[in-house]
Amino acid sequence: MNLTLKIWRQQNPADKGGLKTYELGGVSEDMSFLEMLDVLNEQLNETGEEPVAFDHDCREGICGSCALMIDGQAHGPEVTTTCQLHMRSFKDGQTITIEPWRADAFPVIKDLVTDRSAFDRIIQAGGYISANTGSAPEANSVPAPRDKATRAFNVATCIGCGACVAACPNGSASLFLGAKITHLGELPQGQPERDGRVASMVAQHDAEGFGGCTNIGECTAACPKEIPLDVISQLNKDLRTAIRHGH
Amino acid sequence: MAGSTLHDGSSPLNQAAKQTSDDAHGYYVAGEPLVDPVTPTGPIADRWTTRRFENRLVNPANRRKLDVIIVGTGLAGGAAAATLGEAGYNVKSFCYQDSPRRAHSIAAQGGINAAKNYKEDGDSVFRLFYDTVKGGDYRSRESNVYRLAEVSTNIIDQCVAQGVPFAREYGGLLDNRSFGGVQVSRTFYARGQTGQQLLLGAYQAMERQVAAGTVTQYTRHEMLELIVKDGVARGIVARDLVSGEIETHLADAVVLASGGYGNVFFLSTNAMGCNVTATWRAHRKGAYMANPCYTQIHPTCIPVSGEHQSKLTLMSESLRNDGRIWVPKKVEDCDKDPRDIPEEDRDYYLERIYPAFGNLVPRDIASRQAKNVCDEGRGVGPLVGDFRRGVYLDFTDAIERMGADVVKEKYDNLFDMYERITGENPYEVPMRIYPAVHYVMGGLWVDYHLQSNIPGLFVTGEANFSDHGANRLGASALMQGLADGYFVLPNTIRDYLADGPFEKITEDDEAVVEARRSVEKRVETFLSINGSRSADSYHRELGHIMWEYCGMERSEEGLRKAIDMIRELKKDFWTDLKVLGTADSLNQSLEKAGRVADFIELGELMCIDALNRRESCGGHFRAESQTEEGEALRHDEEFAYVAAWEFGGEDGSPVLHKEDLIYTAIEMKQRSYK
Amino acid sequence: MATVTAVKNKRSSRSTIALKLLMALSGLIFIGYVLAHMYGNLKAFSGQEAFDSYAEHLRTIGEPLLPYSGLLWIIRIVLLVALAVHVYAAYTLWARAGKARTTKYAVTKRVNSTWSSKTMRWGGTALLLFIVFHILHFTLRVVTPGSNSDSPYERLVGSFEIWWVSAIYLVAMAALAMHLRHGTWSAAQTLGLTNTASARRNANLLGYLLAVVIAGGYSLIPVFVLAGVIS
Ligand SMILES: Cc1cc2nc3c(=O)[nH]c(=O)nc-3n(C[C@H](O)[C@H](O)[C@H](O)COP(=O)(O)OP(=O)(O)OC[C@H]3O[C@@H](n4cnc5c(N)ncnc54)[C@H](O)[C@@H]3O)c2cc1C
Ligand code: HEM
Ligand code: SF4
Ligand code: FES
Repeated sequence: MNLTLKIWRQQNPADKGGLKTYELGGVSEDMSFLEMLDVLNEQLNETGEEPVAFDHDCREGICGSCALMIDGQAHGPEVTTTCQLHMRSFKDGQTITIEPWRADAFPVIKDLVTDRSAFDRIIQAGGYISANTGSAPEANSVPAPRDKATRAFNVATCIGCGACVAACPNGSASLFLGAKITHLGELPQGQPERDGRVASMVAQHDAEGFGGCTNIGECTAACPKEIPLDVISQLNKDLRTAIRHGH
Repeated sequence: MAGSTLHDGSSPLNQAAKQTSDDAHGYYVAGEPLVDPVTPTGPIADRWTTRRFENRLVNPANRRKLDVIIVGTGLAGGAAAATLGEAGYNVKSFCYQDSPRRAHSIAAQGGINAAKNYKEDGDSVFRLFYDTVKGGDYRSRESNVYRLAEVSTNIIDQCVAQGVPFAREYGGLLDNRSFGGVQVSRTFYARGQTGQQLLLGAYQAMERQVAAGTVTQYTRHEMLELIVKDGVARGIVARDLVSGEIETHLADAVVLASGGYGNVFFLSTNAMGCNVTATWRAHRKGAYMANPCYTQIHPTCIPVSGEHQSKLTLMSESLRNDGRIWVPKKVEDCDKDPRDIPEEDRDYYLERIYPAFGNLVPRDIASRQAKNVCDEGRGVGPLVGDFRRGVYLDFTDAIERMGADVVKEKYDNLFDMYERITGENPYEVPMRIYPAVHYVMGGLWVDYHLQSNIPGLFVTGEANFSDHGANRLGASALMQGLADGYFVLPNTIRDYLADGPFEKITEDDEAVVEARRSVEKRVETFLSINGSRSADSYHRELGHIMWEYCGMERSEEGLRKAIDMIRELKKDFWTDLKVLGTADSLNQSLEKAGRVADFIELGELMCIDALNRRESCGGHFRAESQTEEGEALRHDEEFAYVAAWEFGGEDGSPVLHKEDLIYTAIEMKQRSYK
Repeated sequence: MATVTAVKNKRSSRSTIALKLLMALSGLIFIGYVLAHMYGNLKAFSGQEAFDSYAEHLRTIGEPLLPYSGLLWIIRIVLLVALAVHVYAAYTLWARAGKARTTKYAVTKRVNSTWSSKTMRWGGTALLLFIVFHILHFTLRVVTPGSNSDSPYERLVGSFEIWWVSAIYLVAMAALAMHLRHGTWSAAQTLGLTNTASARRNANLLGYLLAVVIAGGYSLIPVFVLAGVIS
């Protein structure tokens, strides 16, 4: 396959940046999208142009590092992560535009790499169950109803990639936030801190500069882990309950 | 202290009298034998309890004054940071990713072992201990392994309390499965994403401490040097990967939890950034590297599809519980549609050779047999080079027996992943699998306290050589990472820290300045060689050499050849490398160059270690050491030791220290799965 | 780099979600009101007498407990407060969303947005303008195209007979339909009532239903006036 790539190049956070066009040949259908970029980078290295920076690590769709906006869609045209997207999803001769996540809470560091530490701070605000090492009771002493445990698991699969934010017209992180609230809120162990958790996590979300949700649903369509919109409903409900309880 | 028995380069070959073969002669220098200075004694079941009691305590008021650096935020590092933070120590945590949650532990799929015996199927701490030692082919330390089995049950309690959503039965209690060729069901799992869920538990616990102010997290920071003052570890030099700034961080103790170095093979199931830099730098500063050649090759990975492949994807081993592995009997059938090959022309070779264990034989055996049938020309899938590298993993029978729905329920995410990568639907066409490098049992040498031979330097998780001997059982790495992080290290490091706070060391201390300068110089060198080849291309080449000669089967001839090739490659690297960009910004090529430089040096040591170990044990198969039937043959009289290598200087040979393995609770047996 | 620090003790009632809750509640008040209002308007089909006595009846409900027009004033105040809250929250969140992404994408491709969800803000603004016009028209009688009779029925018929007045009302109803389509579902979600896939489907269906019933119901009047059925 031959491709025309329009890639966002930006030297550093202060740089204005812009799209640059590259021609790339010899791409095979079995390559992953990132392997295609590896080939481009190898070519750039040869011609003396600095390779394109992009985040990636596991390349199997679980670490949440990779994060590219491909032709206006977070992680590209399939429901998967960028690293698990394969070139068979594109056509020979196609022009592909590649941009970084855009959100003021995710400032660009360089080229396609952004700073997503806002997510860590949201977790720091309360995305945990306080259980010091050694203080845990015997695991089977607290049964967890299977359907609740299953729902908790389904939403705990969030990989923290930020595609939901990237795709959201409001730049909201509600899907990410809702996934964690739902995961911990469905488990018996998560009950004692439930109100405080949602109150502080939402406050941190807002302080980071993410937008408010308008229930459009672009997030869930972009989410590689198919986190459903009902986690946002759950988030709203939990916050409402917390307000009622005086938070 | 064993660490102080520094080698004097002129000593004669040690224990030469006992030695009947010395394949690696000329490649190394023999050093003094090594003993674990804190090895416990007494009945095996009491050793850890006793030691926990004997280890000194640190006054809570003092903990705040004690700084601990932890490099790595995987299960081992994340759990340790959380626990030490909770205890009140002042922790600095480092990782090269943009968030601690992305550490490679996230990728583990299958599960975590624990001797809970919830199924009442005869499991116990002793049985888990026994299985692990046996699985490791009697090349691990029995006290360590027993401790691991003992704390395994606490891990599950801890994780459940943190909200890890393990699979549950209808009654709401925890479910277990049997995993990786073990006959009891002791594996706890969270669908195919156990590592992710466990890591998120540790990560969240750690973030809680970040909020509490006990842990400071440094993401996108790469450790590039260890600071050793007067023989004691006192800090690290790290590069801020965003600003490019070289920073020094000083502390009372340093913990390396930096994961495994499987990426020395270029293609592996490890994440792209997994590296040996942290441990290799420590090795160069005096820490011993133990059993570096012990590598685990995992049998169920998606085969290589082409030249540009950047990594291999593991398919959980649980697939072997229901899938049947086969290749065509006849070479001419190999490019046919597998569905057209009749039953009688299929060779279910594992079931044929190992009727008792069938498809559930240990990883090394399953891997080697796959290689054997492919070497015979009976591999399937596309030709890569002039070989077909793949065998079928067939679910047709399972779908018939259990119904497609049950199969879907159990394996859907794996099947999806397979289809996404290969474009083939495994419900219809048998999957193709091939072995890939997955895990390294080797790592920095540590004593029972997880302290290396450099005082103040602790090593946990996959980064140490620890508990798996020559081969690791499935679902045991997660167990070890969390055991080290939550329960072992916090109880051993306190004995060391009880002597602290140590005398403050300042930024302008000679040791600090020297370490920092060496890093700056190295970075400058990479950027100024200005040759023609990318670091990646060297990595790929190194990987080929390692896979070919230090992979599933190793021979004296091959290893010698590999060592020569690696030495050539190293020269070429330092003269013809090309790294563009600058030192003062995010520069992924520069990061890569540093990692590859260390991999090259490690690769050579791995080959030397493999050459020295003229026996087949666990994941290490030496062509010269097999039974008539082609099974692995161990040599306990000669090789029942840990090979701990000391860095021999820039152009010197590594120095081999041997730690004898002594079993009191278990009797050494030759492994047989027939 | 982003140097946001941990926030402490921030009230949840000041959060984006609280704003959304206010929007949902005020929106529900609107929905309740427009339903009742529509029921009243449809009296136009029963002729002038029925319609005018209904209008008068509205002013005398609750007497003598409430003064003349008392209930009407209560409704007006509630609606005004709801409007203020709804509009304040809408524009605050709009501004926030703008600040959340100041650098736009070169290429965007929406795959899951309904047309109605994309037009909430501009559509809502159109509704605001319409509401002003509507009040000036029927309540304050400042703009009185067609008729300024004291009979509400005559004013209604008189103005709708003018094509562009009917057009304004019909366009506004289309905007209302869209706003309700997404608004109903969105309010259910904001109130945390849609925690399962089936609840989500039902909320969406309800949105369509309300959109068709309410906007359709109101539109009947100008349409039938134009068609000469109501005169
Ligand atoms: C695909 C796959 C599946 C697996 N499945 C299973 C399974 O089912 N069960 C099981 O028991 N085991 C499994 N394993 C093995 C297991 O996941 C790992 O051995 C284990 O997670 C390692 O944990 P760790 O904490 O030691 O290191 P890692 O999780 O690898 O963490 C390493 C950390 O060190 C940091 N780091 C590394 N170098 C540097 C540096 N120079 N400077 C700064 N930071 C650095 C990284 O950022 C990272 O945070 C699997 C492994 C793979 C590859
Ligand atoms: C006065 C002019 C109006 C403006 C500017 C306006 C604007 C908005 C906006 C921007 C939203 C948010 C969209 C979203 O969250 O998806 C919204 C939601 C809503 N609006 Fe309006 N609107 C107006 C009038 C109305 C009217 C007249 C009604 C009812 C008849 C109404 C009912 C609703 C409902 C039910 C919601 C959903 C609340 C939620 O999202 O939780 N609005 N409005
Ligand atoms: S909710 Fe989905 S899109 Fe958002 S961070 Fe999690 S995995 Fe990524
Ligand atoms: S690189 Fe890990 S999810 Fe894509």
